[in-house]
Amino acid sequence: MTGYDIERIAELLRLLTPPPEGWTRAAQELPQARAELASIVARAEEDAAFRAKVVADLEAALEAEGIDPTPSVVAVLRVRLEAD
Amino acid sequence: MAVPVSDAELVQRCRAGDESAWHELVERFSRYVYAICVQAFRLSPHDAEDVFQEVFARVYEHLGRLRSDDAIRPWIAQLTRRLCIDRLRGGSRESPAELEEEAGGVDETLAALDDALTVRAGLDAVGDPCREILDRFFCRDESYRVIGEALELPAGTIASRISRCLAKLRAHLEGRS
Repeated sequence: MTGYDIERIAELLRLLTPPPEGWTRAAQELPQARAELASIVARAEEDAAFRAKVVADLEAALEAEGIDPTPSVVAVLRVRLEAD
Repeated sequence: MAVPVSDAELVQRCRAGDESAWHELVERFSRYVYAICVQAFRLSPHDAEDVFQEVFARVYEHLGRLRSDDAIRPWIAQLTRRLCIDRLRGGSRESPAELEEEAGGVDETLAALDDALTVRAGLDAVGDPCREILDRFFCRDESYRVIGEALELPAGTIASRISRCLAKLRAHLEGRS
């Protein structure tokens, strides 16, 4: 950006509205979610059948473990299983 | 004038396991990621939330792979763009280029969002009370009355404060302060 007239600054400020309530906090709490998923990830590493079941339906696998399958937790599990 | 932590320093601290740095990194880029999802690619709220969370999950997991700590911003932009396209492709036979074309003006929007993030960083550097006043007015669309009540300021002074804060931000962005 080269020009910094006031109108343009105001226009650019308006572009970055906050995400809906809770999204940012959920992403900030991702390290805790990751820790909560440690046992599922460990089982998936040891048991190919369990892993296949989890990968086939992440939400159902989380619910079966008593974990609320929020978008944040599902995303963490998906990425963890890809990384292993 | 506040001295914000650089992106590179934030990345280094995150890598070292500093959870407060992770909180700050998410705070710094959350609006940017959200804007790419809903403004550049026009994802539905449901899809946008999934992509938003997956972006940060991937950033957290793969922070060690980042070649240069300064490159966090383009990396997040690229990652968000790719995940948005993947989401749009679900069930679609169109190519990524066709999907971007369909979304319309993606590159232009991304360039504007990049500029917006630079202005946002300037706002963080200028600090409060200007940061809060400008954020409430321009980003949260709050009225003078609501801002005045929240900050315990006379509503009649908000317009002039906004004007002064914009001038201060402009001076900062032009390197005059």
